[in-house]
Amino acid sequence: MGLRDLTERALNLANVQGATYADIRIVNKVGQSLVVKNGIVEAIEMSESRGFGVRVVADGAWGFASSSILSPGEIERVTALAMQIARASALTRTSPVRLDKPRAIVDTYETPVSIDPFSVPLEQKIAHLLQADEAMRRVKGVKVTESSIECLRIEKVFASSEGSFIRQTIVETGGGIECTAVGEDDVQKRSYPNSFGRHQGTCGYEIINEMDMPGHAGQIAEEAVALLSARQCPSTVTTLILGATQLALQVHESCGHPIELDRVFGSEASYAGTSFLTTEKLGSFRYGSEIVNITADATIPTALGTFGYDDEGVPAQRRPIVRDGIFVGYLTDREHAARIGQESGGAARADGWNRIPIIRMTNINLEPGTWTFEDLIADTDDGIYMELNKSWSIDDKRLNFQFGTEIAYEIKNGKMGDLLKNATYTGITPEFWGSCDAICNQDHWHVWGTPNCGKGQPGQVAHVGHGTAPARFRNVRVGVMK
Amino acid sequence: MLGESKAKTLTRQVLSYSKADQTEVVLLAEDSGLTRFANSYIHQNVAESNAEVRVRVVLGKKIGVSTTNDTSETGLKRVVESATTIARFQQENPDFISLPGPSAAYPSVTAFVEDTASATPEQRAKAVAVMCKKCIAAGVIGSGALTTAVNEIAVANSLGTSAYFATTRADINTVVMADTGSGYAEAASLDFNSLDFEAMAEEAVSKALKSRNPVTLQPGDYTVILEEYAVADMLAFLGFLGFSAQAVHEGRSFMKLGEQVVGDNVTIWDDGLDSSGLPMPFDFEGVPKSRLTLIEKGIARAVVYDSYTAGKEGKTSTGHALPAPNTMGPLPLNMFMATGEHSKEEMLASTKKGIWVTRFNYTRPVHPLKVVVTGTTRDGTFLIENGELAKPIKNLRFTQSYLDALSRVEMLGNSARLVTGFLGSSCVPALKIGAFTFTGATQF
Repeated sequence: MGLRDLTERALNLANVQGATYADIRIVNKVGQSLVVKNGIVEAIEMSESRGFGVRVVADGAWGFASSSILSPGEIERVTALAMQIARASALTRTSPVRLDKPRAIVDTYETPVSIDPFSVPLEQKIAHLLQADEAMRRVKGVKVTESSIECLRIEKVFASSEGSFIRQTIVETGGGIECTAVGEDDVQKRSYPNSFGRHQGTCGYEIINEMDMPGHAGQIAEEAVALLSARQCPSTVTTLILGATQLALQVHESCGHPIELDRVFGSEASYAGTSFLTTEKLGSFRYGSEIVNITADATIPTALGTFGYDDEGVPAQRRPIVRDGIFVGYLTDREHAARIGQESGGAARADGWNRIPIIRMTNINLEPGTWTFEDLIADTDDGIYMELNKSWSIDDKRLNFQFGTEIAYEIKNGKMGDLLKNATYTGITPEFWGSCDAICNQDHWHVWGTPNCGKGQPGQVAHVGHGTAPARFRNVRVGVMK
Repeated sequence: MLGESKAKTLTRQVLSYSKADQTEVVLLAEDSGLTRFANSYIHQNVAESNAEVRVRVVLGKKIGVSTTNDTSETGLKRVVESATTIARFQQENPDFISLPGPSAAYPSVTAFVEDTASATPEQRAKAVAVMCKKCIAAGVIGSGALTTAVNEIAVANSLGTSAYFATTRADINTVVMADTGSGYAEAASLDFNSLDFEAMAEEAVSKALKSRNPVTLQPGDYTVILEEYAVADMLAFLGFLGFSAQAVHEGRSFMKLGEQVVGDNVTIWDDGLDSSGLPMPFDFEGVPKSRLTLIEKGIARAVVYDSYTAGKEGKTSTGHALPAPNTMGPLPLNMFMATGEHSKEEMLASTKKGIWVTRFNYTRPVHPLKVVVTGTTRDGTFLIENGELAKPIKNLRFTQSYLDALSRVEMLGNSARLVTGFLGSSCVPALKIGAFTFTGATQF
């Protein structure tokens, strides 16, 4: 039985049993993961996870069921279970589920790839990682080294009772290196090119070649060791310049999550919380200074949050979130967009066949400004430059945050000064973005992949992107740790 | 649900397809349902049925791992072939000694409750409806998630290891929001019928109502009373950052065996056999678990091992392996903290000035070696004055070494609560701590 027949079976059964809406997603996810640690290839893993999930609206409420067994009989069982679950949900229903306009889209989408990451021989990948690992271990004082490559191919079929049938193949490739230096009473870590283990994109193996991990390994190892004897970041209020990767994390936590409209409506209250960006603020709330422009854009080539269609079959889009400092847009799915009289922004994403689509970030970007990085430093009399995230925490309305970075430098009289360790900074989201007075230009702008965004119960991990360039913030409290 | 016979047949089938020097198969099967509510109605309601087969193949000292959830004969043959191919291309790992050999006997742990396994969507919805109704009646907004699940694990290897365990799990968490306050409750059990949804709702609703109209409090050092939810977070970070042999080996652990690392009134152990937690009698290599004292009266006594870290040091695995391949090292997933002699009311009555913390939010390590962690309070934070909850306060941010905090424990609760977290589950008492450093405040 072909995929189309299987999806039709589920949709027909749901229709016969009284569903007012139904969709089915069949997903096959294949991954390859390599980790070299301390000169030893500690892990090579191939993984495959396939299955399907059926989502229905019945009696005005949602139901979802999923299974790893893709057979006609199991599709019938799971569809019936989804209907049973929807009717159970209706026991507490206050108003029926309403979706935005129906869509009947038949299409295919494939991630453009220069080098298929699965076609690159394992030996080549291993050699690449060992080369980076060796370069880090050559530096005296480095205790632990780790380097990794991840490759992913996700084949998805989406079919809905509204007539959509969409096939997508998403390919992702990523990699990273990190090293830890251990001193008498201190441990310091450096990573490249991003924290959270790696940088990743919707692209092929070309990203591994471009990031040149072996070429940067020696430098981060030297920095990790140097951090052991570096000065502690002072506790003060000062001018802060954030590097691009740390800004990616800043955008992620203080903008990306609070603009999820389901979070605004309380859907995540029992887990990571709600949002300060309540709906009456849309269109008028000053989120940041006039130079702050933020967009949600799922169409950027090679970015990690890029796709053809979201998991409700809505086309990928670019939408403004913050324009000239004013909050103007949310991330939306079909249900929540309808609640505020809009059409879906195409941000419903599911972490595999066994999870429902929920509102997730795509690529949430701080649009580039006008400064060169060199001019920005030269223009700063006194401050601190921080780069690459080490720790991150934010309250359950996304207001009070405290972030730490792997590395920092003092800025004195327009020049980079002493190396600083254990750098942290803290603030309140709109005050912080309101203090932004300079953003670097397109030449310094890059979309960073964040492959570890968690949300939902049961938990879902999303792969998202953030385009950022270094930016400057005034009067920021730094050096929080005693 | 597969059942023991089918699960073991499947693992034997996988082993029969391998010609490698050593082969291990881990089968993880789950049948679960989760009913989630927000704004006092069910907004997400899901079910999942899955079985994953994880194969580790050893050729000499070359190791390959492959996983699949295609349990057909073709799928199982393919996953063995894939793991073998990887192993062939692998480099030798000189630190690898062997997969664990068979165990004489596995401890008997009963953790399967039929009523949990057979819980229906209607039963979950009715339980949630009880909580929603209570919230609506109180004029507050209820949210939460109720899970019922059957989890099966079968581990077998070519050296003769063959283990199977099935467990049920029912857990509920709820956040209740009043106009300017919020409350929290959670509970977990093997038995769905033992969860008291009315009481859970009552705990969270009353906290939400009590925490309305919070005032701003200046950050600083305060005596704190931490409810069990917050204490569980401390144990999770101790476990994640320091209780593993690998963390010690890599120089990133605070555990110096034989030395005082926290106060002498703190004792922590791991026990996968204790049914007052969420037990699991063996690890993901099939090595039996037993009670392992990690910290005894403040002194570091032991860390956890898997076969790989044990092999490196010529020791024996303590039964704390995670699924292969695992570069993170072994971890304790069933921690317990010894209780004390005081009720929470006694802790409160003994406190002239301090802060009552219901739970922590979004905690992350700032300095892993010192277990300095930052996070905020959440869902019920109160100023204590003269032995009473004087007023609710706006949530505070802390930046605090958990080791230092556990060196200043003044009172321990006389009962333990089972709390699930990012590192399995733990059974912990509430604590009164002499000084805790708050470094910031938020606006609600």
